[in-house]
Amino acid sequence: MKILTAPRMERCIGCHSCSLSCARLVHKRLSWDTSGIRIASSGGLSTGFEAKTCLACNPAPCVLACPTGAYSQRKGGGVVVRKNLCIRCGECAKACPVDAIFLDTTGEPFVCIHCGRCVPYCPHDCLEMEKVADDTLIKNVPGEDDS
Amino acid sequence: MIRDYFRVLSVDLSTGKGSVLEIEGRDTVAGGSGLAAFLFNQFAHIDKPWNDPDQPLIFTIGPLTGYFPLMSKTVYAFKSPYHDQYAESHAGGRSALALRFADLDALVVTGKAKRPSCLYIGSRNLELKEVHYLWGMDIQTSGKMLRHMFKGAGHRSILRIGPAGENGSAMACVNVDTYRHFGRLGGGAAMGVKNLKGIVIQGDGIFSLSENKEYPKLFQEVYRQLTDTDMMSKYHNLGTPENVAVLNDLKALPFRNLQQTSDPAIKGITGEKFAADALLRNAACAGCPVGCIHIGFVRERFMEENRYLYRQVSYDHEPIFATGSMLGITDCFAVLSIIDITEKMGLDVMSAGVSLAWATEALEKGIISEKETIVPLQFGDAHGYREALYHLAHGSNDFYRLLCQGIVKAASHYGGKDFACVLGQEMAGYATGEVFFTSQALGLRHSHLDAGGYSYDQKPKGKNVADAVDFLVRDEQERGFLTSMVACLFARSVYTKDLMAECLRSLGYETLADTVTPVSRTIQKLRWKARVATGFNPQSVSIPKRFTEITTWKGKIDETFLQNLKEEYAQRIIDLAREE
Repeated sequence: MKILTAPRMERCIGCHSCSLSCARLVHKRLSWDTSGIRIASSGGLSTGFEAKTCLACNPAPCVLACPTGAYSQRKGGGVVVRKNLCIRCGECAKACPVDAIFLDTTGEPFVCIHCGRCVPYCPHDCLEMEKVADDTLIKNVPGEDDS
Repeated sequence: MIRDYFRVLSVDLSTGKGSVLEIEGRDTVAGGSGLAAFLFNQFAHIDKPWNDPDQPLIFTIGPLTGYFPLMSKTVYAFKSPYHDQYAESHAGGRSALALRFADLDALVVTGKAKRPSCLYIGSRNLELKEVHYLWGMDIQTSGKMLRHMFKGAGHRSILRIGPAGENGSAMACVNVDTYRHFGRLGGGAAMGVKNLKGIVIQGDGIFSLSENKEYPKLFQEVYRQLTDTDMMSKYHNLGTPENVAVLNDLKALPFRNLQQTSDPAIKGITGEKFAADALLRNAACAGCPVGCIHIGFVRERFMEENRYLYRQVSYDHEPIFATGSMLGITDCFAVLSIIDITEKMGLDVMSAGVSLAWATEALEKGIISEKETIVPLQFGDAHGYREALYHLAHGSNDFYRLLCQGIVKAASHYGGKDFACVLGQEMAGYATGEVFFTSQALGLRHSHLDAGGYSYDQKPKGKNVADAVDFLVRDEQERGFLTSMVACLFARSVYTKDLMAECLRSLGYETLADTVTPVSRTIQKLRWKARVATGFNPQSVSIPKRFTEITTWKGKIDETFLQNLKEEYAQRIIDLAREE
């Protein structure tokens, strides 16, 4: 499996091509917000930019928070969202520690699906699809069993 | 949002209330430049002066804004404090996409706020917030304050003015998102006179795209074309400062108030020099992958012990010409330090630099003294210029109060018109010859971007007046359609008429797509009518003697050719404004 990563954000010029292309091509909307990756200046334009995108947690807090099973764990990290099961409660967005889930005014959630459509639109190669084993991330996270 | 009418938010600053208007006209004036002139006709008061509270500030975007790459500019129209006539200024940053996502084709601001205020708008909000405590603050500080006061980091645009705009300077710009500007013809003062310190536009609207396959396919193709071409490399690599060395080699770079057209000392301020020594990083307007904004730095030692501060300053060809070669400054960091103060003061960098170049020569010639300039001005002395910019923005004495209304106004009082480098307004950084001088002196915006006169000068076209004027009229018409979409003009080689028609068609603007040429013509006439109705007489435009004294790579300027071009272009403009 592959996941979207943003390893070179210090190169970002704030053109928003990634988020606009995701909104346009993946979510079929014209918007700055309904995108799996959103760009914000980190404290003003003179200090550069940060990407708000899914970190492909495994286990994902948004999956644990979802009361209806609309969110499920994606192999390799991240989530699969079945919007027909979603009741627009917004618990997923509240649970996300990095503000990667956008809720529109109706409460519909928008989150990265790790498809990589945004990657070729970055003119400075800030983004990368990284290959991971299906269970890599959970193994690498130190847990209670570590001594 | 795709619609066959314009959705316009009209806000009255005297009440803080607004109304959403649905105005017909998409198929006749398109948007952007066309829409701005169209709304000016509806909202402006031709017979009242620019500073009358009833005069409108008009911000427009176009049908392709946000839908295609490099459709990233906003048109700002107002009655100008510089000449009290119709004026248009263009800027990018995030302003265009913010208006798009605020679900507006245009914002019209009328009235005067009771106290200094900031207008905050979005797809679901409208608020006029009193900000009297920001009055007097420079561009950077007020920008930081406004960022904290309003929500929406990254997906909003913050327009604000500095001291120059507050003090009614006809050289005051509107700063857009720190590194871009509605620079020319005093748009900052048009805001200031309304007690409007800032406008924050929140881009929080979401629009569904139609299911048709054409649009996403064409979007990807246009994106590919724009990022594959030489254009990408030109504006992405050295950026517009690439022109500095090129024009210097051609003997076409204004130096020391256009006393020269080249100088060996250029090595210190070429695009190559800036890139090697001063370039920190690049930035982009929202929706543009080119990233032409080049950001350098100013580093200042502020204590004897090794204590430094630094600031980031954007640079381009025009600011380098205006604060570098024109002032005889040939060190890139000294240039950045002057641009930095210009930015803080909220001055248009071209007008400010060129006016200080005139003041320097006037001082040299004894027409004025240090009583007028307050500080000594000398070509090459950055320190004096940095201080003078403060006085220019604040109107510290009678001399600066007059100079900040334009060199011609100061020269009318003190003398020195012959060496006033003014082509309708303070000149842009091209001394390429007769066609450019005519183009800027008579152009609708008096901008180097009105038509490609500088490019025509550089081609072996001969001296046929009709051919040159045909080119100017045609090129202006084509650019007028681009700026009605609203495209960045850097993309003009990619966005041909056919491609724009294809883009419009993919979104459902079938009628507009089928009528690009006649609509271009309508827009051209509409803009000229607005200009002429507010008092512009192209036949009264004079080109100062200095422009006829220079030598370029082609030799001496041909005064007869220049005069004939001017007369012919003036007549064509009058004809355009009269046509039904």
